Amino acid sequence: MKGFKATLLTGRSLKQGMGKEISKTSDRYKESVSICEVHPKDMEDAGLKERDVIRVTTQFGSVIVKCVPSDHIPKPGIIFIPYGPYASALIGMNTNSTGMPTFKGISAEVEPAPGEKVLDIRQLLTNLGR
Amino acid sequence: MATFEDVVCPICGCLCDDIVATVEDNKIKGVKNSCSISATKFLNYHKHRLTSPLIRKNGEQVPVNLEEAVEKVAEILTNAEYPAIYGMALSSCEAQGLGVELAEEVGGVIDNQTVTCHGPTALGMHDMGMPTCTLGEVRHRADLILYWGSNVEESHPRHLRRYSVLSKGRFRKEREERKMVVIDVRKTASARPADLFIQIEQGQDYELMSALRMVLQFDEIEEESVAGIPVEKIEELAELLRNCEFGILFFGLGLTMSRGKERNIDAAISLVRDLNKWAKFSIMPMRGHYNVTGMNEVTTWQTGYPYAVDLSRGYPWYNPGETTFVDILRRGECDAALIIASDPLAHFPKDVAQNLCKIPFAVIDPHPSVTSLVADVVIPSAVTGIEAEGSAYRMDAIPLRLKKVLDPPSGIYSDEELLQMVLEKVRSMRG
Ligand code: SF4
Repeated sequence: MKGFKATLLTGRSLKQGMGKEISKTSDRYKESVSICEVHPKDMEDAGLKERDVIRVTTQFGSVIVKCVPSDHIPKPGIIFIPYGPYASALIGMNTNSTGMPTFKGISAEVEPAPGEKVLDIRQLLTNLGR
Repeated sequence: MATFEDVVCPICGCLCDDIVATVEDNKIKGVKNSCSISATKFLNYHKHRLTSPLIRKNGEQVPVNLEEAVEKVAEILTNAEYPAIYGMALSSCEAQGLGVELAEEVGGVIDNQTVTCHGPTALGMHDMGMPTCTLGEVRHRADLILYWGSNVEESHPRHLRRYSVLSKGRFRKEREERKMVVIDVRKTASARPADLFIQIEQGQDYELMSALRMVLQFDEIEEESVAGIPVEKIEELAELLRNCEFGILFFGLGLTMSRGKERNIDAAISLVRDLNKWAKFSIMPMRGHYNVTGMNEVTTWQTGYPYAVDLSRGYPWYNPGETTFVDILRRGECDAALIIASDPLAHFPKDVAQNLCKIPFAVIDPHPSVTSLVADVVIPSAVTGIEAEGSAYRMDAIPLRLKKVLDPPSGIYSDEELLQMVLEKVRSMRG
């Protein structure tokens, strides 16, 4: 298994939309936002199977999520994580004087992370200092 | 059993006002006309609720009475030098007005979710103006509908059916009478119903819009492709746009969140301006939260600006990038916050979220959120649009009346009532 470089996009998904309407503390919400959509070819090249645990790293941070193949991904080298606390761990705080951080188009690295655990939302908050 | 007709759905900027809700024993038993997100909310909103006000003591949130919680919120805001009131895109306009008043009273910043959605749209609009229209005009007249950087089918599931391509308008009745174009980086569910899908390279929207504007003026492009799209395809698109009678460009966060940000919006507005030489053409942002447009309207009436307004100087000061909530947290300037119906700890970049965790903050929300889990004070509120009425603005700035279909749990008040209590407490503390 080997890692690869990618461009990270974050955004809405229907599952995230429904998950948040159930509850931000529900498993359904956690499941909907702690995933990373990957191009099937990247999955194959990296020796990844659906729901394998991966580490995604950008210059701003790193997070453990589960990978899922997606035919919405236009080509190898693009990955997608739905909005939420997992995606936010990878976003920089510079807003280029607009108030808006760059949520789409961030250089990232993806590595298989067998044995690592996807943190709970509580644990993510502890990492934020509360 | 009571049936409520024409209930307004309090979720996304479509603000669909045709929901039918059946209520029995103060519970919603069924809904009609809802999309999947809406049905999920109407049938589950009462589960997983915040039930009691909470105050964080020694790292643990403990239940307190409402009076104590309101007093604590007022104390946090009054003791701060530069507090922020943030959120309210999911509150009624009446509550929003009180939020602005509270920010003025405590001399802080009033900001809302616009900052991380269509903030760049506001900036582009300040530069260029915005030739827009209502969703009713789109429904009845538009024959060309272009979605750019918007996964409409997942973010606004009924938009196509109620207002655009699949709606039955007075002058455009059939699907065949309209053309739908989708331009996006990902081939999402929204590409499926499109007549033309254009898959663009990430972050190259500005380039494609510039190329389109050139082709529209019959200028020659010396490259073979722009933004990953062959020039012939750009010409095909230009032809389609030029030949419509009433076109509309709906754009989403694909434009505002990518490289270029407000410049992408400038380019989109310029493109639409150019297109008006050929056809009637309008542009509209796909606003996400159901009343984020209302928050912009209310903040503008009361301060002159749509978001990110600093009221610490005794007069409104607006400078996004400086006065935006993300930026005052980023620079570590904000020293207390009241978050209403919003979840910044889930959606702000990690380092900004970390800075919020360093200062005292309170949350008013009907449901536990990532932010409420660790707030210093939490006050549960009624679900506006189900348990409380009020006004809200649809994405095309049309105001609609949110209905109350049943009572909130006992002891739970609306945002509007709670903000009134906090405001009164702050005033009495300040004397
Ligand atoms: S499209 Fe939006 S407003 Fe309409 S029912 Fe669905 S969530 Fe509600």
